[in-house]
Formats: sequence, C-alpha cells, structure tokens
Amino acid sequence: MKLKRPISVQVYAWLLLLPALVLMVAFTHYPIVGGFIASFFSTGREGRASKFIGLENYSSMIADPVFWQVLQNNLIYALGVIPISVILAIFMAVCVNGRLPGRSIVRTAYFTPTILPMIAVANIWLFFYTPQIGLLDQIRGLFNIPSHSWLGDTSTALGCMMVLAIWKDAGFFMIFFLAALQGIPPELEEAALIEGAGRWYYFRRVTLPLLMPTMLFVLVNATINSFKLVDHIFILTKGGPDNASSLLLYYIWEVAFGFWDTAYASTLTVVLLVILCLAAITQFRYMEKRVHYQ
Amino acid sequence: MINRGSDWMQKVEVLAAWLLAFLWAAPLLYAVWAAFHPMDFVSRFVLTAPLTLDNFRSAWKVAPFARYFFNTFVLVSITLAGQFILCTMAAYAFARFEFPGKEIVFLLVLVQIMIMPDVLIVQNYKTVSQLGLVDTILGIGLPYMASAFGIFLLRQAFKQVPKELVEAARVEGAGWLSVLWKVYIPLAKPTYLAYGLVSVSYHWNNFLWPVIITNSTETRPLTVGLSIFGAPESGVNFSVISAGTLLAVSPLLIAFLLFQRQFVQSFMRSGIK
Amino acid sequence: MKRFFSGRVLMLCSLAILLLGVAPAQAAVNLNMYYPVAVGGPITKVIDDMIADFEKANPDIKVKAVYAGNYDDTRVKALAALKANQPVQLSVLFSIDVFELIDQGVIVPFDDFATTVEDKKWLASFYPALMANSKAKGKTWGIPFQRSTIVMYHNKDAFKEVGLDPNKPPTTWNEMVAMAQKLTKKDAAGNVSRWGLHIPSTGYAYWMFQALCIQNGEELMNQDGNRTYFDKPAVIEAMQFWRDLAVKHKVMPEGTIDWGTLRQKFLEGATAMMWHTTGNLTAVRDGAKFNFGVSMLPASKRLGSPTGGGNFYIFKSANAEERKAALKFIKFMTEPELTAKWSIATGYTATRADAYETNVLKKYVADFPAAAVARDQFKYAVAEFATHENARNKKFLDDAIQSVLTGNKGAKEALTGAQAQAERVLKGYR
Repeated sequence: MKLKRPISVQVYAWLLLLPALVLMVAFTHYPIVGGFIASFFSTGREGRASKFIGLENYSSMIADPVFWQVLQNNLIYALGVIPISVILAIFMAVCVNGRLPGRSIVRTAYFTPTILPMIAVANIWLFFYTPQIGLLDQIRGLFNIPSHSWLGDTSTALGCMMVLAIWKDAGFFMIFFLAALQGIPPELEEAALIEGAGRWYYFRRVTLPLLMPTMLFVLVNATINSFKLVDHIFILTKGGPDNASSLLLYYIWEVAFGFWDTAYASTLTVVLLVILCLAAITQFRYMEKRVHYQ
Repeated sequence: MINRGSDWMQKVEVLAAWLLAFLWAAPLLYAVWAAFHPMDFVSRFVLTAPLTLDNFRSAWKVAPFARYFFNTFVLVSITLAGQFILCTMAAYAFARFEFPGKEIVFLLVLVQIMIMPDVLIVQNYKTVSQLGLVDTILGIGLPYMASAFGIFLLRQAFKQVPKELVEAARVEGAGWLSVLWKVYIPLAKPTYLAYGLVSVSYHWNNFLWPVIITNSTETRPLTVGLSIFGAPESGVNFSVISAGTLLAVSPLLIAFLLFQRQFVQSFMRSGIK
Repeated sequence: MKRFFSGRVLMLCSLAILLLGVAPAQAAVNLNMYYPVAVGGPITKVIDDMIADFEKANPDIKVKAVYAGNYDDTRVKALAALKANQPVQLSVLFSIDVFELIDQGVIVPFDDFATTVEDKKWLASFYPALMANSKAKGKTWGIPFQRSTIVMYHNKDAFKEVGLDPNKPPTTWNEMVAMAQKLTKKDAAGNVSRWGLHIPSTGYAYWMFQALCIQNGEELMNQDGNRTYFDKPAVIEAMQFWRDLAVKHKVMPEGTIDWGTLRQKFLEGATAMMWHTTGNLTAVRDGAKFNFGVSMLPASKRLGSPTGGGNFYIFKSANAEERKAALKFIKFMTEPELTAKWSIATGYTATRADAYETNVLKKYVADFPAAAVARDQFKYAVAEFATHENARNKKFLDDAIQSVLTGNKGAKEALTGAQAQAERVLKGYR
C-alpha cells in the first residue's frame, strides 16, 4: 500500500530525504556544475584575480601534449584492465563454485587483494618491479633472461600499473559472479546433462546469459575504478617516465595540488566527467539489449 | 559440474586455479617474508634466514601508527554512522512514500553511482575548505555520508518488507518513525551488516581524498601514513616498509580471515540488484 | 526498554566520536611547523629531542613539528594549510620553492625582522653556496637547515676486484666512463650482474641533470628565476652524455633508474658506483657490508654540483610575536652544535663553517672522512634549480630528461621542447 498524497506525508517524505540530498548535492552535483563553470575562468593568484577567459583553458588543454598522453594512457588502461579482470573474475568464480580441492583457501587468496589498501600493496609491488634485485627480475634470472627496468621503460610502465589493477580487482568482481552463479538453479545443469550438452556449450548458452545482470554491475564498477583508482601511481612511478604511466585523475591532482592551477584542473575534470558519462550511457544501452531478467 | 570432458582437462583447470591463487597471494606472502627477516634477505629466499621483530620495532618508532589506527577507526566509524542515518532516512522515503519530484531526485542519486566525490577533488576541496573542515576527520568523511550505493541497497531491502507487518504496526498506532525503527530496520539487518562491511573496507583503504584533506598527524589515516612512511627521500627500506605495511593492514586482514564468510556474503549481497 | 537504553548509549557514543572528528589538529601554544625529514628512520626522534631542548630553554614557546613526507608533499601540505587558514608559522621546505612561496605571498624575508647586528652576523655565518637558494630580490627568505650536495659513492671492494685503486675514484667524466666499464660485470649468459654506474632519473632527475650541466660549464636558470637555459649546446651535450652512459658506453641500464630503490641496489652490489645525495650517507654506512668510499662528482670542464635540501621559512600568517619566537627557534636549531648533531645523524651537511670546528663534528670527520666530502664540494656548488612556478618547469625538465633516457626523444628535441614550454610559463615574470 503506497501512501496517498496528503500534504503532510509528502512533506514528511521530503524531510526524510533532505539531509542526504543536501550532502549529495553539495559534494557531487554542485562540484560538477562548479567545476564546469570554473573551467571558463583563469586561476587566481596573489596579485592576479581570477577572470573570465572563455575557452582558453580548453585550447591550452588541447595544445598540452601531457593531456593527450594521459588521456591515451587512461583509455588503454581501461580497455586493458576491464575485460581482463572481468574474464579472470568469471574464471575464478566458476572454479571456486565448483568442486575444487582447497576451495576456501583459493577463494581467500583471490579475495585478499581486495581488502588491502592499494597504497600498501603498491609498496610491495615496487619491490617486485625493481630491476636486478626485485622478485620479477630474479625469476627472469632463473631463465637467464636479462634484467629489465619495468617501471623505467615507457613501454612497460603502464602495463605494470595495469597488472597491479587487475590483481587488485579481479577477486572483488569474482564475489559478485559467485553470488550470481549460486543463484542459478541446479535443475538447469541437470537438464543440460541429460541432454548431453558439453560444458563449454552449457557455459556459453546458459551460464553466461544468466550472468548478464551481474556483468553490468561489475562493468560499471570496473569502469569507475579504472578512472578513480590512482593510488599506485603515487608510490610506483609518480606518473613517469615522461608521463608514460600517468592517468587522468593523477594528472588532475598534479595540476591542482602540485601546480595550484585549479582552473586547468577543473577543465581536466570536465573531460573526466564526460568520459564517465559516456561510459555509463554506453554500458547501460548495450547491456539493456542483452540482459535477461527472470 | 557437468560432463567433465577429459579428466586431464579437469586437472589442468585445477592446476590453473591453484597457480592463480598462488600468484594472487604472492605479494602478501612476500611482505610477510620481508617483514620478519633482516634487510639482507629482502631479495634472497634462504629458508634458514633468521627471524626478527626489529623491522616492526623500527616501523612502529618511525611513524605514529597508534595514532593512525585511532584516526582511521574514528574515520570509518563516523562515516558509517553518517551513512546509516542519512541513507536509512532517504531509502525509507524512496521505498515507502510517494511525493512530487521523486523520479528527479532518484535520477540525481543515480548520478552519484557513476560520479563519486573521489573524482571531484578540486571542487570538493574548495567546498571543504570553505566549511573550515580541512585537516579534520569529519572533512574526510563528509562527502561520503550521503552514499547513493547505500540508498540503493537499503531501498531494495525496505521494499521487500512485507506490507502486513507494516499494517500491523500502523494499526497499533505507531508513527512513521516508529515503524521505521521497529519494523524496517530490524528486518534489513543483513543488508546493514553487508553495507557496513563494504563501507568500512572502502574507507579504511581510501587514499586520494584523505591525502588531500589531511595535513597533520592528528587526522592522518593509515593509508596516508603509509604513503609518507614508504617514500622517504633517500630511499626505501623494504623490510621496514613491509613491516609497516603489515601493521597497517593487519586489523582488516585478521578480521577478514576470521569472518571470511560474512565478508564474502556481504559483498555478494551488495551486488544483487 | 533495554533497546532504548542501548540506543541512547549508541547515540552518545556517536556524538562523542563525532565531536572528536570535528576537532581540528591540536594547535600548539605557539608554533606549528611542517618538515620533510627526507631520511627515513628514527630521525623524527632527533628533531623531537632538539625541540624538547629548545622548549626547556624557552619555556614560553611551544613548538609542534609535523612530518609531512618528502619535499613535494611538505610543500603541498604547507600551502594547503595556509590556504585553509590553519595556524602554521614556519616550516622547513625545499630551498627551491622560494619563488613559488613568494608568488603565493606566504613568506616574509628575514631581513624585515632579523635586524640587530647580532642577527646580521648570524645571517652571514652560513655557507654562501647554501645562501644562493635563500636569496631573491636582494632579500633573504630562507635559512639553510638540512642541506646537501650530490656525491659519488663507490664500492671499494668492487674496485679492488677489477684491479682499480679503491682510494682513487674517478675525477673526470672520461675516467668515470673508463672505470665504470671495467666495473661492469657480466655473468655466464652474458647478462649484466653488476653495472658500473647508476645515476637516478626518477624523483629528482633535474637535480642530477643540473650536476652534469654544471660540470659541463652551464647553469640551467638565472638568479631571478625567470629564465631557463635548457637548450644551450653544453646542456644538450650533457644530456647526450647521460644517455650515452647507457647506450654507448653500456655502463648503466637503459630506461629510467628509480631514486627510491637505488640505495638498496648499491648495498646489494648491483651497481659499483652511484650518484646520490649526501643525505644517504648515514643509511649507506649503516647498511653496507662492504667498504665504500665517497667522493666529489667528477668534472668535465669543471667540478660542480647543485646544492640541495631544505630551508627554514617563516610565514606571513605569523604575527609579530610568533615571528620573534620562530626566529629564536630557527637560531637555536642552526647553532653550530645543533647543526653538527643534525649532520651526524642524517648525513646532511652542517650549514655553517663554524659547525665543523665543534668537537663533535671534528671527531666525526676524523673518523669518517666521507662526511666532509659534501662540504668540500661547496667550493664548486651552485644553486639548485629554482624558478617561478617551479613545480611546472621542473616537470617539463624531468619529462624531457626521462624521454631521452627511455630513448623516446633525442636530446636536442626534448630539451628545446622543454625550453619552449618553460619560456611560455616564465615570460610573464619578466
């Protein structure tokens, strides 16, 4: 029984909503609008007030090679991390859901990176990536492959970040797929077995479509993370070498709090928001066609 | 599992799963190794290497971990408390009431799912600064208290409360808040637990926003403390850093290992739409 | 009933915690300062002890010192605190941040209130090489506190192993290359197991580069901090030399070399020589399981190194009384005995000549001559890279250096590009 519309009840509802709404608007919607407006002004400095400069920030941004590098990095990063971590997560969920010996230990191992702070694990991975004395290079040494400067080479630095991100998030996504898998009625499996369907066929035709709702949730999460989680950059490379491992949000932080150029940082934030919106719309549209609700 | 295919395939799969698990656990295992052995053995895995607690002693002396723990504990508590209160009220409004503008507000909430305060650091810093909350623990938690995710989850949970129970309470003369307190909240306890665990994990490990907001030891949470602890100018000492890292992650890690099932269930539950 | 009771307790507890959360950082009775102890370890204890001694001698002044991370972190933190109107009266900040701090309008020159004859003598007692980064527009803005130069560490045992005299480290670029080539060791499979030389190129790449340029006879910026010289021929030559160390002479790995892990690599024998801050001295001494030596950087056309490290700055936000107290504190911390103590504990140089006349430092240097190398290099030292909007220009330079060392750009292309970028920024300051 939904409540009909006596005024007092509506007021009551609004009052319930208000505190959360105020805070949410203050820290999400207001900054979005505020940042957008700020991108049309210059940064105020001692002795030089902020003034309206139209699209100048945007033209500087377009002329800024670091911006393009960072944008490209983030897109490569997202396009690499998201699919790989989702596929790994599904694999993990399937393994852990089935009759794997030592199942709960394996599940723990997969999930542990999720509850550790990225900043802490980045320190550990810094050692892994250290040339010559680091773990990766020692393993390479066993196979007599020469040492490599993983974080010091522009062609591998971003890859290192991606590996770390996949490692961190795959276990997290696994949990959601696991939940979904456990929601699949076992009768389906039995029926398929009776009909002589192969495992892969069953997976593709039955399991995967039933995972679609979860897939949407995971994809949204993964996308947000690949633009939001930049902690590891602070420890591993600080964006180097030569911005090869810098991501958009890290560059925004650098510009805003390293150079104190808040106007330019706002401009960059606008770009970030546009990307996030586009990603959200695309994913919802695409998934809408494929999601099968029961 | 159906139709195993060949036994061999199955063995490969098991091996792959185990290898992956080892890879996934390796960094933490390494940190444990490095923390308990002296610096010489940071890159040499000699099984008979001497164990030592010196690294932990150094780490504890170098950075005020006790204070960082306290700050983090206060931070996640305040944030969670705020989230529980605000999100409960908002979810209740969405779940049980009709009012003008409901769809618009719901859309606004949806926006926050995609665009979190974390990416709006520039403007949010300005806001918090104007509120005079820079370098306070409240300043760290405030932007997160109205959590769209929390509102969603709780709304979902509230919607599943059977109408008969509400009716029964109303018949007995209970007011709306009373109904909330007596009927909805107790029935949504599993969701609260789930959300609580997710929130605590998230905010315990949050870094970017806290590092911007905090300036001093009195407010610095563990993640920020770890970042400056691990990056002195002259160079890193891996054993001490590993020890410090273990100190910082141990509460959450131990809690996780002890309450694994609850943790996993929470995260699972929070994903179900 | 029980439920309500626990509910109320819960509320009270939450209120208490909430209040705790709103309480801002405890303001000291008088002075708050940020500092970047760049050497990890119980150094914070040394500072705390020094402060405790000061407070004992000056019971009306309380000093609270907050360790804020490395130099960049500390600058970010101090500026953020000042912008948020938090009480901060002084700090130890990067010496090269002076122009940025002046432009942001947050610091006051010492000449304004260090006016007595005694004050002036005190100001003049510091090494001139260090004051180069403290002066701007004819005034003194910073007091040297934890200062350094780059020195070269070498593994004496490795030298002996390849037949080099362990007490004769290279003094010229050519000698350095030749020795490094001898020291580079390959294993059976042809992979390098020990490199001859490492010059770090992350973190403070521009600092190392400045050393190379000075040795090749060129400064990278002017005294007023509004002009850079990245594209001078000698500068490009220095960049090419750095790249050649990896590509032509093969004594260094290609790509960038990480600042933070370099000390560990040296201690593990992965490299026989390294260029690093003298601030690492104590840590290397404590960790080395072999004999090592420290020497001045080699010369190309001349000897040289930029200075480095942090100065004391006093903020405008401090009122007159606080400024007097801050001055007292700074004078205390830079007394010969104390700067000597600080130098021994960290490996930073003492900041004034008379510190080296104190007994404690005389004895230390006699036992451990390496401690005097950085000081001896002051004769040839230049100011560290400092310009207006320094963070930006530093980044242009760092990016250029890294792009050359990773083989993505040629030296000339990268440096002229960086010069153009810096020009655009600095034009407005002339």
